[in-house]
Amino acid sequence: MQKKYFIRCAAAFILLAVLLLIFFVWSVGAGSVSVPPREIVAILLKRVGDGTAGRIIWDIRLPRILAAVLLGGALAVSGYLLQTFFHNPIAGPFVLGISSGAKLTVALTMIALLERGIAISSAAMMLAAFFGSMIAIGFVLLAANQLGNMSMLVVCGVMIGYICSAVTDFAVTFADDSNIVNLHNWSLGSFSGMNWTHIQMMAAVIFVTMAIVILLSKPIGAYQLGEAYAANMGVNVRLFRAMLLVLSGVLSACVTAFAGPVSFVGIAVPHLARALFHTSRPLALIPACFLGGSVFCLACDLIARTLFAPTELSIGSVTAVFGAPVVICMMVKKRKLG
Amino acid sequence: MKNTSYLCAQNVTVGYGARAVVENIALSLRRGCITTLIGANGSGKSTILKSFARQLPLLDGEITLGGRLLGRYTAAELARKTAMVMTGRIHTELMTCGEVVATGRYPYTGRMGFLSALDKENVRQALDMVQAKELADIPFEDVSDGQRQRVMLARAICQEPELLILDEPTSFLDIRHKLELLSILEELVRQKNLAVFMSLHELDLAQKISDTVICIKDGRVDRVGAPEEVLEASYIAKLYGIDKGSYHAQLGFLELEGVNGKPEVFVIGGGGQAIPVYHRLQRQHVAFYAGVIHQNDIEYPVAKALAVKVVSEQAFEPVSAARAQEAWQLLCTCRRVICPAAQFGTGNMENYRLLARAREAGIAVSNS
Repeated sequence: MQKKYFIRCAAAFILLAVLLLIFFVWSVGAGSVSVPPREIVAILLKRVGDGTAGRIIWDIRLPRILAAVLLGGALAVSGYLLQTFFHNPIAGPFVLGISSGAKLTVALTMIALLERGIAISSAAMMLAAFFGSMIAIGFVLLAANQLGNMSMLVVCGVMIGYICSAVTDFAVTFADDSNIVNLHNWSLGSFSGMNWTHIQMMAAVIFVTMAIVILLSKPIGAYQLGEAYAANMGVNVRLFRAMLLVLSGVLSACVTAFAGPVSFVGIAVPHLARALFHTSRPLALIPACFLGGSVFCLACDLIARTLFAPTELSIGSVTAVFGAPVVICMMVKKRKLG
Repeated sequence: MKNTSYLCAQNVTVGYGARAVVENIALSLRRGCITTLIGANGSGKSTILKSFARQLPLLDGEITLGGRLLGRYTAAELARKTAMVMTGRIHTELMTCGEVVATGRYPYTGRMGFLSALDKENVRQALDMVQAKELADIPFEDVSDGQRQRVMLARAICQEPELLILDEPTSFLDIRHKLELLSILEELVRQKNLAVFMSLHELDLAQKISDTVICIKDGRVDRVGAPEEVLEASYIAKLYGIDKGSYHAQLGFLELEGVNGKPEVFVIGGGGQAIPVYHRLQRQHVAFYAGVIHQNDIEYPVAKALAVKVVSEQAFEPVSAARAQEAWQLLCTCRRVICPAAQFGTGNMENYRLLARAREAGIAVSNS
C-alpha cells in the first residue's frame, strides 16, 4: 500500500510537471508573433533580449506565464486551506465572496489613490486586497456561526460576492474616465500587464506563505478528523484555525491584487488533485494543488489569449467554463453519497 | 498502581461559558478500571467528558491527572496522556483506516509528521488489538459503523494514553458490535492498565462492563458506586424518569408499560417459553393474566412487568393448591387460554391440571 501510494503520487507529479512544461512552451511560442520551440530554447537559455521575438518573450509573455503559474498555484492552495477550515470540499475564495471582498477594497484604494494622482504600488494593492479578504472572511464566519449548514453558507458567500461586485461596479462607474479602462480590465480578471517587479513581489510573498503552509501539513492532517480529535492530539485549534484563514487570505489577496478575481480555481483544482493523487495526505496534496493550479491557470490563460485572438477573453470566464462543471459534478457526487 | 487514583476531581463544575451544566463533581478514576457515566439524554455526560479531556475549560474546581493539575500540562504532554473516542461519525475523504489510526501517533511524530518504523509498528499492533488488521488499507468511508468504532479505538490506543475517554462509543452499533467493542475495551484495560472514563446509553452493558458507575441527574452527580449497588430498578426508573415501563436491575432489560383493563386472556406460563406471548399480547394491546409462575422463573419479571396480575409461587416449591385455585378463578373470567408449554414436571403439575380443567370447561385453548 505504501509503495502503491508513492508510485501513484510520483506518477501524478510527473504528469503535472510534463503538462506544465508543455503549456509553458506552448504559451511562450503562441501569440501574434509565433515563435518555434527551437528558437524559444535559444532565447531562454541565452537570455537574449534583443530582436522582436526576444523582446516579446522576455518582456511580455514570460512575466505573464510566470504570473499564471504562481497565482494559479496560490489560488488552488488558498481554496484547499478554506476547504480544510470548513471541512467541506465546496469552499473556495471565490464562492465564499472573499475574492470579491478583496476586489472591492483594491478598487476603492485604486480610485482613491489615482484621483490624487498617486500611482499605486503592488505592495499597497496587496495590503488592500488582504484587508478586503479578511473583512469578507469575517462576514463569512459570522454567517457560518448563524447557519451551520454548508450549502447555505455557500449561498451566503455568493451573496456577499455579489454585494461586493455591485459596490465595485458602482465605484468604477463614478471614477474618473481615465481610470476606468485600467480598472475595468483588472476587475474582470487577467494575467496581462505583468512586469518583472510584479513577479518578484508575488514570488516572494507566495514562497514564504507556501513554506508556512507546508510546515502546517501535520496539523492539517490531524484536523481532517475534526476539531475535537485535533485538539485531543495536541493541536492548538484556535491558533491553527486562525492561521488557516490568514494564510488562505494572503494567497487569495495576492491573486486578486495582481490579476483580479479568478473564479472556481480554488474549488476545482483541489478536487481534481484529490482525484488524481487519490489521497488526502496534506504533504502530497499541498504541492499537488499548487502544481495543479499552475497547470490549470496556464492552460486557461493560453485559451483566453489565443482562442479569439486578437480579442482577449477575461481569465475568469475561461476558468469558470472549466471549473464550474467540476464543482457541479462534485455536488452531484456528494449528494449521491450523503 | 491499580488502587491509587489516577485522576482526581474536586468541586468541579462543567458547562459552556456562564451556563453550568453539571456542578460540584467529585470523583476519582483508577488505572485498570472502567468508570461509566449514565444519565438521561442532555444530562451533561458529554460535557463532563469533554471537560475532563480539557476540550472545555472548567468553570470551577480542579482536576489532577497523574498527580499533576490538568491545566499544567502542555497540549503535547496531555495528548500523550489522554485519548478520546467521540460519539458520532467522522467524515473523511480518501483516508484508509490505517491512516486514520496513524493520526493517533501525532503527539510522537516530528515537525512534518513522518511515521518512523516504530510508529508504523504501533499502528499495526493497535489494529491487531481491535481485530481490524485486514482494514488497514481499506478506505475509512467504506467500512461499517462497527468497524469504524474499532478503528477509532485503535487510533486512541495508538496514542498510548493512560486515560481513555469514550463518549457513547456504542451508539450506531448493533448488538453484536456493541458486545464486540466492549469486550475489546475490557481486554485493553487489562492489558494496557488504562483508566477508562466513558458514557454509555445501555444500562445492561454499563452494568456488565463497569467497575464504577456514576449517575448524573439534575445537574449533579446523583450516585456513585459499584454497578450492583447503583443500578437498582427503582433508582433507574427515577434516574431516567421512567413511568411508562419498567427496568429489571439484575438482568438489565427494559419492558414497556403493560396493558391495563379487563383481561380476556390467561397465559399459563413457566420456563421462559411464554415470553414471546407476553410481548405479542403487549404489542396487540391485549390485557392478560399470567400464572402460575415460580418467582425464580426466567419469565417471572417479564410477566410481572406486563400482566395485569401474575399468580406466582415461591421459588423451588411445587405449585400449591391455594395458588392453583387462585389461578383457576382468574382463568374462569377469561375467554381464552394460551399455554405455550408442552412439558410439565412435578414442580408445576398444577399448571397441567389448570390446562385440563380449562379444556373441560370449554374455554378456547391455544399454544401461542
